[in-house]
Amino acid sequence: MKTGSDYETYETVIGLEIHAQMKTSSKMFCGCPTTFGEEPNTQTCPVCIGMPGVLPVINKLALEFTIKTGVALGCKISPFSRFARKNYFYPDLPKGYQISQYELPICEGGFVMLNVDGAERRINLTRIHMEEDAGKNIHEGAGSFSYVDLNRAGVPLMEIVSEPDIKTPKEAAAYVRKIRTVLRYLDVCDGNMDEGSLRCDANVSLRPQGVKELGVKTEIKNINSFKFIEKALEYEIQRQTRVLNEGGRIIQETRLWNTTAGITESMRSKEEAHDYRYFPEPDLVPLIADKDMIERIRKQIPELPDEKIQRFISEYKLPAYDADLLAAERHTAAWFEETVSLGANPKDVSNWMMGELMRLLNEKGIAIEASVLRPAHLNGLIKLVSDGTINLKTAKTVFEDMFNTGKTAEEVVKEKGLVQISDVGELEKTVEVVITENPNETARYKAGETKLTGFFVGEVMKKTKGKANPKAVNEILRRLLG
Amino acid sequence: MELFRLTIAEAAGLISKNELAPLALTESVIGRIGALDSRVGAYITVTKDIAMEQAGRLSAGSRGNNPLYGIPMAVKDNMCVKGVRTTCASKILENFIPPYESTVTNKLQEAGYCLTGKTNLDEFAMGSSTENSGFFTTKNPWDISRAPGGSSGGSAAAVAADMCIAAIGSDTGGSIRQPASFCGVVGLKPTYGLVSRFGLVAFASSLDQIGPITKTVEDAAIVLNAIAGGDNRDSTSVHDAIPDYTASLSGDLNSLNLHGLKVGIPEEYFIDGMDREVEAAVRAAIEEMKRLGAEVVSIKLPHTAYAVAAYYIIATSEASSNLARYDGVKYGMRAAGSDLIGTYMETRAKGFGQEVKRRIMLGTYALSSGYYDAYYKKAQQVRTLIKRDFDEVFKYVDVIATPTSPTTAFKIGEKADDPLQMYLSDIFTISVNLAGAPAISIPCGFDSGGLPVGFQLIGRHFGEATILKAAHAYERAAGWYKRRPSI
Repeated sequence: MKTGSDYETYETVIGLEIHAQMKTSSKMFCGCPTTFGEEPNTQTCPVCIGMPGVLPVINKLALEFTIKTGVALGCKISPFSRFARKNYFYPDLPKGYQISQYELPICEGGFVMLNVDGAERRINLTRIHMEEDAGKNIHEGAGSFSYVDLNRAGVPLMEIVSEPDIKTPKEAAAYVRKIRTVLRYLDVCDGNMDEGSLRCDANVSLRPQGVKELGVKTEIKNINSFKFIEKALEYEIQRQTRVLNEGGRIIQETRLWNTTAGITESMRSKEEAHDYRYFPEPDLVPLIADKDMIERIRKQIPELPDEKIQRFISEYKLPAYDADLLAAERHTAAWFEETVSLGANPKDVSNWMMGELMRLLNEKGIAIEASVLRPAHLNGLIKLVSDGTINLKTAKTVFEDMFNTGKTAEEVVKEKGLVQISDVGELEKTVEVVITENPNETARYKAGETKLTGFFVGEVMKKTKGKANPKAVNEILRRLLG
Repeated sequence: MELFRLTIAEAAGLISKNELAPLALTESVIGRIGALDSRVGAYITVTKDIAMEQAGRLSAGSRGNNPLYGIPMAVKDNMCVKGVRTTCASKILENFIPPYESTVTNKLQEAGYCLTGKTNLDEFAMGSSTENSGFFTTKNPWDISRAPGGSSGGSAAAVAADMCIAAIGSDTGGSIRQPASFCGVVGLKPTYGLVSRFGLVAFASSLDQIGPITKTVEDAAIVLNAIAGGDNRDSTSVHDAIPDYTASLSGDLNSLNLHGLKVGIPEEYFIDGMDREVEAAVRAAIEEMKRLGAEVVSIKLPHTAYAVAAYYIIATSEASSNLARYDGVKYGMRAAGSDLIGTYMETRAKGFGQEVKRRIMLGTYALSSGYYDAYYKKAQQVRTLIKRDFDEVFKYVDVIATPTSPTTAFKIGEKADDPLQMYLSDIFTISVNLAGAPAISIPCGFDSGGLPVGFQLIGRHFGEATILKAAHAYERAAGWYKRRPSI
């Protein structure tokens, strides 16, 4: 019997459609707020609930955000594009059509570079277009009816469509992460998959190794968390492999990822697919993106993660691993650079940030830009360590204190009397006491068991409440025991 | 004096001189509606209380320079007036009360109009006789056995029967001009984009345009002054400066002439099967324009023959999408079915009339996968050719003169079972909507049965001032506007 692991005999072809909610304060075609989590149907007006006779008006910021994203991802910005209506009936779609783009999207082409398991991969984009989100149907209670919440109806979306260039679930996840990072750098989408502000549909097909034509694909919807991108794709690849190996045929269909069961399930076949009857939206005039506008937007684009990682490596001599992590978020990168600009050693800053800072931020669920611990705090702490005022062990408790209270390192050290004891005379006395109290260990040390140094240092630290300068203690020990 | 017989210009003159109180004028018109509308059926909703309240609030001191101040006007029932039932003559919206105001009625309100009510139409403006109204058919005030035309038949009949001083209509393929012609009044379809469509319940978005139906050309210019102009809520409206459309209409009767005006006559528009009396009246009107000094030349609009076909593909395609929102979920009628699909089907089956369903199906078909290129796309290409026909001709002429409709008002029921015949009554008006150009219909005589004949002047894009000037000179010289129905 063949097993799922046989899927390596097939080549996997994956293309992704990412829906990113844009971080505009108002909706795509009306002035309603886009705030998430409000009471149902409170963020609505006659336009976004599709009342008779009302008309859409384009949100200019959403247009700029999309152009910005397109420029950042190397797309060609179409000088002339237009909106189209995608027609289908559903209660969460108040007009009976979604205003989207079809024949002439605002952005075409583009690509992202990925580094997966040490290999550089280029994933090409097909297009990026704008559209409005639908509302939400809510099924709750025992009644035979559902509720409709139109707060989300009309929220601006960017749909980023990749070419079928992705070969593994891991690459797919890396691709989504990369897109998310860029969107967050551009500050056009908050990338929050839990709240649905970043959603992803995947087209998956298999073909025998070496074959050029694409196999029959399935589309997987409802992948609403990072964790599930790989899981859903892995499941679907195994399912398709099994079908093919058993001599079956893949049916072109839309499948839904079932988070609880961990499987994909058939939602509708190609025959049941909607005929969306796309046609140009007559209520909106074509979009003209002239060169000046594109140039103006291009100038707003900050340094992007790829460039930043390279710069961190060359400018701060950081290992690639550190640079990758620090550049993953715009605010983290800025925090790092601000600390370094205050004079701290880049690698020290990186170590603190990747270690203690990330740990505490994650534990407390705080965003780096919201933390009371500022770059100046860390810079102060690093200074106290490097000038020997405190040792590294003390520094960790000081760090946590600063993180919790917002006090400076100097304040914490002073208040708690944590200044390192480097006075040789004072330390010698303590070391002598430790030697006297531990004759066994002293004898073993003298007999050549030098690894007991750690034991003696530890005892000295206990007696000094961790404030002893470890370097000085080591020297004294070597002298007195040697 | 029968105040309801006044034109806007006459009433405005009296109001400005404090010789007429807005309240008295409104009372007179409301009284006229009470006396006649049971026979004509122009109104779906008479807003007597609103009109009286609006008229009562007006005072002579606050009139300013506003000729619509205190003028009782009717609005076609496919334009939203906040708090007033807006039905589109459809069962599906029978009890729909919009919580927002259309831009046009908002402007009229700012100008001080008094809303007499909402007028009948073919359901969702789909038709040429008001026979497709979901409620009742409006009668032609010249002969109540005949149709008033449509779809703005209620507005045209109300103006003709003096049940308002002026009215607002909408025109997608002739829906202002054809009923104006049938009812012997003036109807102006402005250039696409000149008047905001915000609050106009959409039939075919790329063709719909709001315009005035009035007793005289001057009144049409007065109303156009009030409603024209760009609107941030309608992306297809044009934000150019608006001229004073009444400016070119002044001057005494003897000084009115058409010297220097070049009038094109498209021979394609004088078709076989056209009513001979209509043709004779229109040809006589052209002679009158010549007499007034116009130079008349023969022109060609070679793609005219394809206009009706292209129109019925584009308009129905857009309509099929525009009317998708009436699904029984959010507002309007809901006929509950056993499940969601059942509710959709029941609601739309019971809520829409035959003609609306026919057009939704035609449009759905034309946009379907595999047919789009052959129908919708081809129709749009034809539309471009038709627009080019006009652009080409307007290099040489200032206005184009044609009949408005091939016949005078037909009998109610005469064409009701033959949609194709009905579609042909808009054959001369449809090309104008496809091209987006402005056109006006003005009375140019009567047939032997005493029914009015209309004559259409088409202008360049945003050339309203030119067609209004020409129409005004003709109207004053010919004098047909003085004859009123004896209802």
